[in-house]
Amino acid sequence: MFAAEFEYRKAGSIADAVRLLSENPDAKLLAGGHSLIPLMRFRLARPEVVIDIGGIDGLRGIRISDGTINIGALTTHAEIANSADVQQANGLLAEAAGGIGDPAVRNRGTIGGNLAHADPASDWATVLTALGATVSVQGPSGSRTIAVGDFVEDAFATALAPDELITTVSVPVLAANQRAEYAKMAHPASFYAVVGGAVVVTMDGDRCTAASVAVGGLTPRPVKAAAVEQALSGTTLTMDSIADATSRLSEDLNAAGVDIIGDVYASADFRSQVAPVEVKHALLHAIGLAHH
Amino acid sequence: MPNTVPITVNVNGRSHSADVEPRTLLVHFLRETLNLTGTKVGCDTSQCGACVVKMNGVTVKSCPAIAGQAQGAEVTTNEGLAQDGNLTAVQEAFWNNHGLQCGYCTAGMIMSVTEIIERNPNPSAEEVRAGLEGNMCRCTGYNNIVKAALAAAAAGQGG
Repeated sequence: MFAAEFEYRKAGSIADAVRLLSENPDAKLLAGGHSLIPLMRFRLARPEVVIDIGGIDGLRGIRISDGTINIGALTTHAEIANSADVQQANGLLAEAAGGIGDPAVRNRGTIGGNLAHADPASDWATVLTALGATVSVQGPSGSRTIAVGDFVEDAFATALAPDELITTVSVPVLAANQRAEYAKMAHPASFYAVVGGAVVVTMDGDRCTAASVAVGGLTPRPVKAAAVEQALSGTTLTMDSIADATSRLSEDLNAAGVDIIGDVYASADFRSQVAPVEVKHALLHAIGLAHH
Repeated sequence: MPNTVPITVNVNGRSHSADVEPRTLLVHFLRETLNLTGTKVGCDTSQCGACVVKMNGVTVKSCPAIAGQAQGAEVTTNEGLAQDGNLTAVQEAFWNNHGLQCGYCTAGMIMSVTEIIERNPNPSAEEVRAGLEGNMCRCTGYNNIVKAALAAAAAGQGG
């Protein structure tokens, strides 16, 4: 299938990309292309102008300093998964990157493109929400920083203005007493998350002193699970206490006021029941009571 | 004025320049402009891996990419692997182990297996299967494909 006709522009720098976006507010940015091009081929997207940012070297690479991992928007999932520095600083980042799609998709797909596309089935949005990551975006009047949890507003909708692009994704380095895990039920062909649960627990021995939990895949945007977090905090983590805490996820899904996604592969009711199971798996992995 | 993009791409060691419509997919550029029809279009949804080629040193799917993205890139297709008429160890192993049935997925399989062995010269069957997650064989001939990959690794020549 062929995309509708469009004009192709190549941006040589971040400033160039911002200028082209300002001149063409309905344009789409092309990074790896693994989300946008299929959409265009199915004519679900028909941008008149496509701005290729794939050649902007300033948007690539991983730098770690002052407890923060700064990842250029064009960094591929494979580069994140294979980075020894990332594996050391935040194992969940590397693990989540390595679970996206398949090897050839990971070689091409980018973290910035994935977030900007805001597919509800994205692993990154859920994982980065739990990790408390932020995105830096650049527009004509400068840059601003947005928490990933606020950046993704709805299915395929973000806080990006039409003339802004993502430049960097910043993720905290995990502390020695923090454990982070992600568990998903993946679609067997695409490996997209049907349901995904990401957790970060701060431990004092067996006791959890703070928890960050997010679920995605079943909701239009990741949902932060405050009731589950509250139930985990201050609790000694065991099979039973984890099961008790994750049983409260339905409260969080109700409080979020979002529709649960259902489709031919997995109904909304099924996804709702799987979600606490995935969070439970992630927590059991995090404290070493289960293994991948 | 025709809406075209000038591109120059090095494919299988030769530089090719062309003016392409922006919406030309990389796989169509390879197959229809350069007549390199080894690379196939399978699923049209980026899932099947029949269109896998190597670009700038790593395997990529060439149907969710437009030709313009390959500007200045080095692309290798299955046709570019054999040198002087000698099949690579991976190609030889597919031949010897009957690693294909209808053959439609084969070019993509060979590109992916070549990368698996480049990265890990001695993979287990499980690692081969994980590495082939994005390559589907609708004849379901996976056992011989994995056998071929392991034989190629054993032959000690990934490329």
